[in-house]
Amino acid sequence: MQKRHVLPIVYILFLMLPIYWLLAMSFKTTNEILAGFSLFPQTFTLQNYRVIFTDPTWYWGYINSIIYVSLNTVISVFVALPAAYAFSRYRFLGDKQLFFWLLTNRMAPAAVFALPFFQLYSSVGLFDTYLAVALAHCLFNIPLAVWILEGFMSGVPKELDETAYVDGYPFWRFFTTIFLPTIKAGVGVAAFFCFMFSWVELLLAKTLTAVAAKPIAATMTKTASSAGYELGLLAAAGTLTIIPGAIVIYFVRNYIAKGFAMGRV
Amino acid sequence: MKTQNQKAWLFVLPVLLLVAFNAIIPIMTVVNYSVQETFGNNVFFWEGLGWFEQILRSERFHAALGRQFLFTALVLVIEVPLGIAIALAMPRSGFWVPVCLVTMALPMLIPWNVVGAMWNIFTLPDIGLLGYFLNHTLGITYDMTQNPVAAWVTIITMDVWHWTSLVVLLSYAGLVSIPDAYYQAAKIDGASNWSVFRYIQLPKMKNVLTIAILLRFMDSFNIYTEPFVLTGGGPGNSTTLLSIDLVKIALGQFDLGPAAAMSLIYFAITLLVSWLFYTLMTKDDAR
Repeated sequence: MQKRHVLPIVYILFLMLPIYWLLAMSFKTTNEILAGFSLFPQTFTLQNYRVIFTDPTWYWGYINSIIYVSLNTVISVFVALPAAYAFSRYRFLGDKQLFFWLLTNRMAPAAVFALPFFQLYSSVGLFDTYLAVALAHCLFNIPLAVWILEGFMSGVPKELDETAYVDGYPFWRFFTTIFLPTIKAGVGVAAFFCFMFSWVELLLAKTLTAVAAKPIAATMTKTASSAGYELGLLAAAGTLTIIPGAIVIYFVRNYIAKGFAMGRV
Repeated sequence: MKTQNQKAWLFVLPVLLLVAFNAIIPIMTVVNYSVQETFGNNVFFWEGLGWFEQILRSERFHAALGRQFLFTALVLVIEVPLGIAIALAMPRSGFWVPVCLVTMALPMLIPWNVVGAMWNIFTLPDIGLLGYFLNHTLGITYDMTQNPVAAWVTIITMDVWHWTSLVVLLSYAGLVSIPDAYYQAAKIDGASNWSVFRYIQLPKMKNVLTIAILLRFMDSFNIYTEPFVLTGGGPGNSTTLLSIDLVKIALGQFDLGPAAAMSLIYFAITLLVSWLFYTLMTKDDAR
């Protein structure tokens, strides 16, 4: 171990402490938590997790979240691909203005838009559906996906397109069989960021759903207020929200490091 | 050189339609509210620019805006240098790279209200790990529900915990893209560590840092859920950031007109600062 590695190690320890505390609490009973301080669970219990996995209002929260997040990731990346290609390869009227306008949508505070979004999605009859949340999250995920993909695509030499054209490839075949595989790291990174921002966002997701598509985060806030202060149960639910993200990042870990380096981003 | 081609609009069209649906209709609703007064029952009166004047003159708005700028400035000043320093100190290859990346990215993947809730139980004076340690082991009186300074330290620490990794990941991606030849050349020239950083590493990280700083600015300026769950804006109004104040006005008091005017001013400020960042940081680009 070298001296310079001290900083990352200390940083990782700092990151893990609150997560450890959440994990430790999830194995305690609420009585033990409130009774006083203990570094490790004294009466180790899986009861909190048992509640979550047997009560449909709890586990459907997770399923709902995963459905709309996946739907959003697919939509965002799918429509961002041709747009990013256009931005990286062509100049057209208003391209720079359009690019910046797209970015501005990440800047709108979600708190501002909660009420208008509710009215909009109610009036088109999508309220309380997976599609509503998935489409609403496109507001901030599509601009980000376009931004990331444009960077990757600009890193691919234009000669690739021209050679394929000379070889007589129709455009869509070139795009799907040659171009997409060369930027697959970029697609991975873009999908990761879409997944991440859709998974962690709560305000819009909560505003746009009532019962059928209610996200896990909303179930948690409801429990916090209605069933007193079930700290152990909340800690277990919180711990479980970390897992899907951890799985996704494990799969894209190599793309994140190599991927960003490849593009101009 | 890019080719001029107006048909490229067809490629952009799906994105344009989807984002416009989500952006333009709601913002027009907000504009609509911002120039009217309502007493409920869907009865509206024309109010003109009155709300904007009222907000811009209100001391409550100035105070919340000041706290918002302070929060964002502190967060950027801590997270950006810290993130770069950590990225520089990370190993460049081998077994530990994926381990570092995965553990560091974890906080970013936790839903925001869970982040607030977990920092809440982490800092409780008698039963939270940090709160107990500070109060009972070190003997420092620490209670963020009573002391505004403690509340500020807590929300800043939480944000550093939550988001520094974004700067780390992006800077690290920029660093690994530097070919070894650059370092060898620097070694032959006898360049100091500082010059290697200043003339090789920093320029190579510039593009990723632009993204990191812009994202951090936008997201910290619009932060709502985490501080709301953690402190609820208190004690008093000491951590009532702009978005928390806005939601108080819009949903707490149901003053739609002033809330809408405030949203538009808020949005305009974010837009202006982001545009300044964007033009400053991309002005040498040849695009």
